[in-house]
Amino acid sequence: MKGRCLVLKVVSRVKTNKKAKDTFNYNRNSTHESAHKHVTGSARYVDDLAMPEGTLHAYLGLANCAHGLITSLDLDSIRGVLGVKDVFTANAIPGVNDISPTGSMDEPILADKKVLFWGQPIFVVVAETRDIARQAARLGKVTYEKLPAIVDIKSALEGKQGLVTPPMKLQKGDIQKALRRSPHRLKGAMEIGGQDHFYLEGQIAVALPGEDEDIEILASTQHPSEVQHMVSSALQIPSNSVKVRVRRMGGAFGGKETQSNQFAVIAALAARRNGVPVKLRLDRDDDMICTGKRHDFLAKYDVGFDINGRIMGLDVELSARCGFSADLSGPVTDRALFHIDNCYFLPSARLTSKPLFTNTVSNTAFRGFGGPQGMMVAERIIQEIAFALELDPLQVRKVNLYDNKEKSVTPYHQVVKDSIAERIINELENKSDYIKRRKKIIHQNGNNEFIKRGIALTPVKFGISFTATWYNQAGALVHIYKDGSIYLNHGGTEMGQGLNTKVATIVASEFGLTNNSVKISSTDTSKVPNTSATAASAGADLNGMAALNATQIIKGKLLNFAQSHFKIGRKNISFGGGYVFLGEKRIRFEELIVAAYKNRIQLSATGFYKTPTIHWDRDKGVGHPFYYFSYGAAVSEVSVDVFTGEYKVERVDILHDVGNSLNPEIDLGQIEGGFIQGMGWLTTEHLVWNTEGKLMTHAPSTYKIPLVSDRPRIFNISLASWSKNKSRTIKRSKAVGEPPFMLAISVHEALDMAVSSCAEKKYRPSLNSPATPEQVLRSIQNIKG
Amino acid sequence: MKKSGKTSDHSISFYLNSELITLEEVGANDTLLNLLRVECRLSGTKEGCAEGDCGACTVLIGKVKAGCLEYNAVNSCICLLPSLQASHVVTIEFLQKVDGKLHPVQQAMIDYNGSQCGFCTPGIVMAVYAHWLKSSEMGAHNIEKMLQGNLCRCTGYGPIINAVKSIKDYGYVENDYLVRNLENMKSNLLALTEKKVKLGSKMQDQFIRPYSLNNFADLLKQNSEATIVAGATDVGLWITKDLRRLTPLIFIDHLEEIQQIEENENTIELGAGVTYTRLETTLCNHYPKLNSYLSRIAGEQIRNVGTVGGNIANGSPIGDLAPLFIALGARLFLRKGKKSRKIDLEKFFIEYGVQDIAKTELIEKIVLLKNPALQLFPYKVSKRRDEDISTIAAVFSFELSEGILRNVRLAFGGMAGIPKRASTAEAVLEGRVFDKNIVKLARLALEEDFDPISDMRASSGYRMTVAKNLLSKCYLEFNGRVSNEREMFSA
Repeated sequence: MKGRCLVLKVVSRVKTNKKAKDTFNYNRNSTHESAHKHVTGSARYVDDLAMPEGTLHAYLGLANCAHGLITSLDLDSIRGVLGVKDVFTANAIPGVNDISPTGSMDEPILADKKVLFWGQPIFVVVAETRDIARQAARLGKVTYEKLPAIVDIKSALEGKQGLVTPPMKLQKGDIQKALRRSPHRLKGAMEIGGQDHFYLEGQIAVALPGEDEDIEILASTQHPSEVQHMVSSALQIPSNSVKVRVRRMGGAFGGKETQSNQFAVIAALAARRNGVPVKLRLDRDDDMICTGKRHDFLAKYDVGFDINGRIMGLDVELSARCGFSADLSGPVTDRALFHIDNCYFLPSARLTSKPLFTNTVSNTAFRGFGGPQGMMVAERIIQEIAFALELDPLQVRKVNLYDNKEKSVTPYHQVVKDSIAERIINELENKSDYIKRRKKIIHQNGNNEFIKRGIALTPVKFGISFTATWYNQAGALVHIYKDGSIYLNHGGTEMGQGLNTKVATIVASEFGLTNNSVKISSTDTSKVPNTSATAASAGADLNGMAALNATQIIKGKLLNFAQSHFKIGRKNISFGGGYVFLGEKRIRFEELIVAAYKNRIQLSATGFYKTPTIHWDRDKGVGHPFYYFSYGAAVSEVSVDVFTGEYKVERVDILHDVGNSLNPEIDLGQIEGGFIQGMGWLTTEHLVWNTEGKLMTHAPSTYKIPLVSDRPRIFNISLASWSKNKSRTIKRSKAVGEPPFMLAISVHEALDMAVSSCAEKKYRPSLNSPATPEQVLRSIQNIKG
Repeated sequence: MKKSGKTSDHSISFYLNSELITLEEVGANDTLLNLLRVECRLSGTKEGCAEGDCGACTVLIGKVKAGCLEYNAVNSCICLLPSLQASHVVTIEFLQKVDGKLHPVQQAMIDYNGSQCGFCTPGIVMAVYAHWLKSSEMGAHNIEKMLQGNLCRCTGYGPIINAVKSIKDYGYVENDYLVRNLENMKSNLLALTEKKVKLGSKMQDQFIRPYSLNNFADLLKQNSEATIVAGATDVGLWITKDLRRLTPLIFIDHLEEIQQIEENENTIELGAGVTYTRLETTLCNHYPKLNSYLSRIAGEQIRNVGTVGGNIANGSPIGDLAPLFIALGARLFLRKGKKSRKIDLEKFFIEYGVQDIAKTELIEKIVLLKNPALQLFPYKVSKRRDEDISTIAAVFSFELSEGILRNVRLAFGGMAGIPKRASTAEAVLEGRVFDKNIVKLARLALEEDFDPISDMRASSGYRMTVAKNLLSKCYLEFNGRVSNEREMFSA
């Protein structure tokens, strides 16, 4: 065997570094690892897995009251239904009836005695089929002593229920003085709506009981380790008895960061009680009613500025509807404050948050995590300054940019050293022909009473890292088997964003192999422990580095081995094209592996990574919470029908920074997808609760996410190919999941311009969000006075 | 439901991909999606919303109509099994050939990065496939229309559009298996076409499939508690969302007698079973302006099965056909047993939830008057442009004789509990010169005609303002000052 390995072919001399780099360049053009399975329908999601015989199905009984004490609960008629096996309530939970992710102990798995929002799960029905469970769940009779319900931000501000989590304050300079000294000053308010995630695959979990207390969960979650923790706490069993696996999700967008805990825990409770596997899959309407959404905000601002539109002081209060529990509302509202500066230097600022309690579903993570709301406020303020000074808003944007020099300290006292906003804006301005088009639009608007157009260029600067510093760690596990095939496992989850493809590229490229050589496996809490949620755009940054670490450990051993085994200098060994180059000779990668195995070299390693340099003192509002920033800018052009307020996004141009891309096609997909999702948030996606606190838009028939015809027919997207991350990230790439979402603010500002052109410049348009046709028409009517 | 090889008066037989399936004991309320995913373990077809709005469950259904086998994209989540008799159901699993070669649509989707999370992908592939079978036109408008019924939350659609545009590089429709096998499958399906009534054997969940219109009328008379179902685009939701168990359900999707479109010298007669898709083709020939109205009703999957009769019969105040038909002076032909009667459509709607129809009565056809002199101005206003229920639908029609407005009809949906004419405003306009001043008065008169509600789609105030503005818009359009085409935005 060994002899055969050493029958080596002689090949021409090749530069080693180039070879490795070429493999990466080749691999990073790979399509999504599951693309073939997606298009053939063979990609398995949790609901597609064949279940063991005897599997039961759980369904939930939901509250139909927004705030009240449960005075009676009659579930007897459910028990009598043929096929129903079990009905249970909060009493049946052996462990802790809580799934609050930050330990605030305010989020019961099942409501006990008190109901805090319309749609809160109260009881669970377990039956032979999902249909039976779902039908039977409707037979439960619950009566309430109704209590006053606080449904929206305005009543929460007036009410006494207070906050769900401590607020945050960011302060820089003497704000009162700065405002007083400003030559111009304006105050305003803006309503910013929430958003439903509308992942195409709804919430689902399967629990499979094993020996002893063991339980295995198959879930659609971004945070397997948290599911593991919650199941262990609810079942009162140690975490080593719980295993959670996630192969892929049918979309998540933050909606499966904490929201999947509840369903996994309930499936686990049902499986434990009945001793058989249990599946729980929500119907779309119930999913929308009982899971959290993007926070809606009310922003009040007071800004001082000079004659050129340069901001001198900014005072903002951000109130957010958080719902009945804290969930992630603390970090979400924090991140909103962190992004009120967007790309702009604020010499003096006071930024405060009010995470308000309301009797509505507990709002949660959603792509951007508060950042979009904060940034929307920044852009609104710029727009209003420009309106007041009769300037092109782009001019105002430019004079306020961070400059990496004197103007570089943020309101949280981190110094911005990597701003490329100016270059991006200038390049995009030229590329999109912004100035000429804007002139033309202003001219056209003067001649057309019925169709008004608008154009806006808005930039994005988004801070990368979890602000909960300890979350910025990741693990990975890499095995190489004797045939040279590689098994890769890491702590991140695949929700469509292409994380697995990127991480496989990193691992494969290190060995000069193609992505095909790397098996991407389910995220599994028994392989990589204590993982962080795949969130904050940091999936590839963190898990890519951890996987690289594991790979390099093995590679180091292989190099040492090759050095002594083949008696060759380390510098002369390299990997590429499926081969290992040993000076002027080469062998196939798998030949090296067999030789290494026979020589008892360990071919498995775990990797670890933690983001360096970051720290954050929330109480003081001082620190360095972000490892780096991602940048981008977009120009959007819209036209508005002044009769109905209906509009069309005509053209969009984007220039976005992903550093040295790990996969350009995947990154472009994230940019376009993020943009369109952001556009939906700011335009047609309108959540409506009635006065009793019942969500009225709980299905795609009433809640309108963008369709193919909403996409602008002219849509140019480019990557800022010259950009390299100044921080030492994986291959100097930058995170891409969330930042492009906020490029869509340009659509809102273009609508604002179109509206403002409907009347003499007397009133600011102050267009709220979402800018539904009704909202647009209302703004038009308002400025007409 | 039991599968067997034997057919009977109770069984339902159809082809699923390559296999002939005969189901004994079919429940009237059983959906195709459940059959595929749960019984047949064909899990490529996904459930996204279970109400026909997201398209993740799209399959093709082939049926022989007027002697031709035609395949259409359909939402399997609200497709009821008894409607499948003599059909060919094609799912995503059918597309990849045994040798592993992908279908052109599939390969293009991979090469252009058309999938991210992949959950909507099978439905999108099927929707595109259905269009490709009928037409190789892949312009922006075609693509937007063929995918109106499919939601994708990840991609932003661009990569999908690029994939669709490039299908021509991947294969020819002539080589497609379904096309090559068309005649063969047609004769297979014709052999399954029933010649007598089929009755489901589940008494609490019973279906009835009449074999003719007469038979339908008789059976309805005998079953006054029956629910009639054609495309199930509304009834399907009573089942999947309200969890109602409807029994008996009378299936009429196959009755070709009520699917005829007859054009006479002065009238267009639409059988109650005519689908939106076919209606669109016919009506747009006469009134090209209706293109932007009819093509915005629902998505392809719904338009392929939803019927004009169903849209009228459910009495919805926000159905888009009623205002259009009222503006066109439609008459409804109703039938009870052997007795027929006709009624002006506008009188059919009495109040919210109440229509002038007996439980044992059926809608046979809708008759529209042809009038070349008619000026028609259709408007549909919604939160999202496509596949959205109208906030307000308005169709205005009138004639002009020597500059004077005659036979003015202002029909609205979404403004009252029923589709309704603005009679006060009509009276203001009738017999007058169409000018700015009279429009002003008509706008004011609308306040007497309507007191719209506020709901999740819009406020009462918005509805009223828009109703008035649409009158103004109509006036300006009439004078050539604005056009109602999408292109006006893109000029």
